Amino acid sequence: MIALLVRDLKLSFRAGGGFGLGLAFFLIVTVLVPFGVGPQSELLSRIAPGILWLGALLACLLSLDRILALDWEDGSLDLLATSPLPLEGAVSVKALAHWVTTGLPLTLASPLFALLLSLPPAGYPWLVISLLLGTPALSVIGTFGAALTVGVKRGGLLMSLLVLPLYVPTLIFGAELARRGAEGQATLTPLLMLAGISFGVIALLPFASALVLRVNLR
Amino acid sequence: MTLSVHDLTITRGGIPVLEGLNFALTPGKALILRGPNGVGKTTLLRTVAGLQPPMVGRVDSETESIAYAAHSDGLKAMLTVTENLRFWSDIFENKDISRALKDFDLIELQDRLAGTLSAGQKRRLGLARLLVTGRPIWILDEPTVSLDVASVALFADAVRAHLAEGGSALIATHIDLGLEADVFDVGPFRASGKSPDPGGFDEEFL
Repeated sequence: MIALLVRDLKLSFRAGGGFGLGLAFFLIVTVLVPFGVGPQSELLSRIAPGILWLGALLACLLSLDRILALDWEDGSLDLLATSPLPLEGAVSVKALAHWVTTGLPLTLASPLFALLLSLPPAGYPWLVISLLLGTPALSVIGTFGAALTVGVKRGGLLMSLLVLPLYVPTLIFGAELARRGAEGQATLTPLLMLAGISFGVIALLPFASALVLRVNLR
Repeated sequence: MTLSVHDLTITRGGIPVLEGLNFALTPGKALILRGPNGVGKTTLLRTVAGLQPPMVGRVDSETESIAYAAHSDGLKAMLTVTENLRFWSDIFENKDISRALKDFDLIELQDRLAGTLSAGQKRRLGLARLLVTGRPIWILDEPTVSLDVASVALFADAVRAHLAEGGSALIATHIDLGLEADVFDVGPFRASGKSPDPGGFDEEFL
């Protein structure tokens, strides 16, 4: 499993691997929003948590089709399915690799981008906590979407449509946690809900992903 | 480590393509599958490898004894030859890749990116993967595509060495590999009946 993780990370850092795509997209969103809504820092700081979460979610969505489609095209998915590695483990590792190359850099860079949107100072730790808790769920749910559409040529549109409704709860509670943190309100409820969603999907969805992948490999 | 197939009916796109297949593969033996294009050789190999379930019948083999090599080699263009092989040897928990490099004449290429190899060199790398799996039953789908005469000889030697060590191989191929192997023509087993549930969907054309 470690071998698969190392390979996926190596591939994403090498030429054409797509590392940084999500980060660049996140940067574009946060830089352009102030131009779009105008330079009212009060308004910006009010909508900042939502914008940052939306940007992170869309940046994740952008790279989802790479998780399994490349391995499908060059045949390594067939070979992995006949290897000693359980498919449940393989999809979990792939989701982890996606998170390390997308969710983690987004989380680490988010304070910088929050500055551009003049997020209130109290909101910074909560923004990072909410992204740290929420982005793994985005990667795991995304891997499920990628597994569902793996055999479909140019399945990006279909996958986005399938994945978006599944992303809604994570977005609601993640943005709510960051907003409440920024406004100094009680954060326990959204924190627990977000953690529940994340740990729930991490525990359950790999089994569903492996199941649909087996069906798609037939 | 015997692989046996009992009364197998296989389907492609929901339509039976071959039916009533019975054969066994014993250690030290190779079995060559023959048949015209589209008869269902790949489907048969995928079914035996466990990638898809048979419609009728069963495939008996020990779990985790099969190494499958498909049309595509599963290589990553941005990894070197060594990295590609090392990845598969780690997945199959087999530490030694030097023999695979040597047997398929890849030592001089070992630091090249797989994306810069020629089609035949890629194929050799894909076949070298079989050696690092350490599995006794090889299931090979057109293994000699894009190989030159010398490489085919290398491959035949590797198969012979594998058989001598008690392994076995099920090979779909159109050319003569020069192996002492039984030939199994799947042509007569073409499924006669139509799909059990015809119409409705365009699977007729798949």
